Formats: sequence, C-alpha cells, structure tokens
Amino acid sequence: MSEVQAGQSIGELSVPVDRARLVRYAGASGDFNPIHWDDRFATSVGLPDVIAHGMWTMGAAAELVARWIGDAGRITSYGVRFSKPLPVPYEGGATLTVTGEVKSVDGDTATIAITATNGEESVLTRALATVRL
Amino acid sequence: MPVNAEIEGRTYPATPPYTVSRAKIAEFAAAVGASDAAHTDPKVAQERGYADVIAPPTFAVLIAQQAEAAVMVDPEAGIDFSMLVHGEENFTHHRPLVAGDEVTAATTVSKVRAAGGHSMVTMSTEIHTTAGELVTTAGSVVVIRGGGA
Repeated sequence: MSEVQAGQSIGELSVPVDRARLVRYAGASGDFNPIHWDDRFATSVGLPDVIAHGMWTMGAAAELVARWIGDAGRITSYGVRFSKPLPVPYEGGATLTVTGEVKSVDGDTATIAITATNGEESVLTRALATVRL
Repeated sequence: MPVNAEIEGRTYPATPPYTVSRAKIAEFAAAVGASDAAHTDPKVAQERGYADVIAPPTFAVLIAQQAEAAVMVDPEAGIDFSMLVHGEENFTHHRPLVAGDEVTAATTVSKVRAAGGHSMVTMSTEIHTTAGELVTTAGSVVVIRGGGA
C-alpha cells in the first residue's frame, strides 16, 4: 500500500447492535456484567438502559481498519478511550457508525484515527490504530 | 473508599496457562463482526505466514482481564468492583495471537490516582507464551466511581 497518505479516508462502517449481539459478546468475551443484558439491573445502577460492552464497541470499530488494510494481523497497536456509554434499547437496538482517517505515515507504518458514534454522540475518543503497510 | 495507592508498582501473579483455540477465536470474531478470513480459515492464515488462525485485535482482552482480576479481588487494593467503569483500553501486538498459543498474563498496576471524587487505576498486562515470547501488552484504565479521597 504505497499510495497511503495522511488525511486519506479509510471509509465508513455502520454496525447494528441489538440485545442478542450483546449476549453473544458476553459469551465470547466472558464479560457477563448484567448492565449489558439486564434492563432492571442497568437502570437500578443509574444507567439509561442496557449498554453495550465498551470492548464490543472497540472490537467492532477495529473491523473498519482490518477491512481497509486487508489483514487484521497488520494492526500492531490499537487504543481507545470510552467516552460515552452506547445504550442498546430493547426495541430496535442501536447503530454504531465508524469512520477512519490516516493521521500519519512513517515508513511502513500508518496511524489511523478512528471515530465511533451513536447518532451525534462519540462513544470512543482518542481511538488510534497503528498498522503495518 | 479510595483505592489504596500502595498497590502502585505492584505486579500480580501470572494467570495459569491459557491455550488460544480456533473455536474461541471464531466465536469472538463473530461477536465483534471481524470478517477477515484469517480468523477462521487456517489455510488463509498460513498463506499470509501465520502459524494458524489469528485472533482479532481486541481478543487479548479476555486473557488480560483474567490477569487484571487479581488486582480487582486483592483486599489490599480496596477496589469496589460494582462501582467500576472501564475508561481506556489499548493493545500493543508484537505479533497476532494465534490458535495453539499457550500464554500466561501478569498485570502490573502502573498508576493509582484520585480525581474528582473518583479513583483511576492504570494497569499494564503482559501476555507471554509459556516459552517466554512477549506477544501482546494490554493497557487499561478503570475508574472507580466514588473511590476518591
């Protein structure tokens, strides 16, 4: 990928998320915290609704970078800050929108800045991935 | 109750060996929507030079969190798990984890600080193969609400 330049978009991805998706992630990750699947529990601890695992969101956002680079194994570092919860209503679920842009290129390494939003709200900030070109 | 600042710098015992499997990688990849065929097809992975199917970039969290659990349950740390919010996460991969890797993980508490009535605990977890190769370093920041001084 010799044409890669700073400022270049890596595209956009819309990821639907519903309760079944969160139950699946709970099983896959071993994170069974009930705030991710039990309404009554989530609201009893002051959350607006069941919320997605931050780590699900982080994992789902990585897919845009993996598709762009064509090999998930070329993602050599990846970090995020969880800025807002992603509520997942029983009816209709939610949609995570992921975009990314090449922030810098240094030799055979590029740094990608990722945005992950739920409507107008950023659910991840300082989301950066480093890839081997 | 604030988190005990004396745990800063402490490295907790490594987890028992965990063997990364094709089945767990496939299950995790499906859950996060990771579509790279190298997560599920050993042939594709091997054609790219990997020993076996590769784990998605965030798969290491399930190993790292087993190691971080040692901090969470340490009575000296004084962490109220029910008030815990995940603040940040990051991974540095020296290579991707692959099916067949037998790994252990150990967590070091790099920083404990109180801010705005909360406690923030920064942890770094090194994931090594049982042969001693460092594969991934996972960093996380957790916030304990109401855990400030």
